[in-house]
Amino acid sequence: MRMSKIVRTAADILYPAILIFGLYIVAHGHLTPGGGFQGGAVIATGGALVIVAYNYKEVTGWLKKNVLTGQEVSGLVGFIGVGLLALAFGQVFFFNYLVGSGSIFGMPVPYGINPGELNTAGIVPLMNFAVGIEVWGGLTVVILYMLSGLEKEGC
Amino acid sequence: MKKVLVVGASLLIMAAFFGMIALNLTFGSPKTTDMDDYFLRNGQELTGSNNECTAVVFDFRGFDTLGESTVLFCAIVGVGLMFRKMQGGEEYEDE
Amino acid sequence: MLWNLPFITVVVLTLIGLVTVLLKKNIIKILLGINILNSAANLFLITLGYREGGVAPIFTLAPSELMVLPTPQALVLTSIVIGVATSALVLSFAIVLQKKYGTVDIDKIRRLHG
Repeated sequence: MRMSKIVRTAADILYPAILIFGLYIVAHGHLTPGGGFQGGAVIATGGALVIVAYNYKEVTGWLKKNVLTGQEVSGLVGFIGVGLLALAFGQVFFFNYLVGSGSIFGMPVPYGINPGELNTAGIVPLMNFAVGIEVWGGLTVVILYMLSGLEKEGC
Repeated sequence: MKKVLVVGASLLIMAAFFGMIALNLTFGSPKTTDMDDYFLRNGQELTGSNNECTAVVFDFRGFDTLGESTVLFCAIVGVGLMFRKMQGGEEYEDE
Repeated sequence: MLWNLPFITVVVLTLIGLVTVLLKKNIIKILLGINILNSAANLFLITLGYREGGVAPIFTLAPSELMVLPTPQALVLTSIVIGVATSALVLSFAIVLQKKYGTVDIDKIRRLHG
């Protein structure tokens, strides 16, 4: 079952906006309210909008299950890998080795109340991105799986 | 009738128990705040993150988040396993 | 009485959730009860960490230095995502049960008795 042309066009227009908003929430997780989980959930709502607007055959044409599962796995592996990379720097697991180092995400943060600087916080933004990609893929593929279970009944 | 009585009595007991606890707590002034005050004072210096909530989630309590994303992954793998057979067109066999 | 209103809300939500989980026969309704219990636990943790007049623990252009406790909020963030995952799992169970038995009433699913 596909919905009317108005709903489909609105979903087409809204999906990139929701994607960019979710990626904004993920990228600014260490400065403003938000983070990996919330941003990934926001992007998954965009995927749900597209899934309810089109039918199952049309959606699986470009929202592929393999890609989403790969996103989920790579997000989890990236999360653990960022944590394990601390061992290469001679620190313990999950140590924040990038903070204050001057490289990427390593600017020193001003203490107290400040307007915020994107290039701070060490490994926290990297972990935000990894978790955001994982939640994005995971929650979207759950909806796709449920739709594939319902598909035979003619929905 | 008996079932309704038993359910009502146990509900009353539970309501009294929880209500006693709830009325003894004070809203707005937590008793022990040493750890959170430490996070708020030193979190910016230690993690460089302005958002202390994210700092706690991803840095101070990173192992918690690791287990949490593992739970999410396992739940999604479980959903996938449940619907995997239905795609191939073969039905579940009865025993 | 009114100063404890969030805790009383937690108690009411807990009782509603327990009654729903214990007395309902439909799996979807049991899931709703579990979600209400989850919400009660989240509200309890958030309420425990509130400080009078505090703002959210974010230093970006914060209105004041007095902040609420950050650890309960982090734990609730974890708890919400796990709640979503378990809800998805239980709903998938419900779909499979509906396809196999034709009902989601736990009394009518006799084959579970073994």
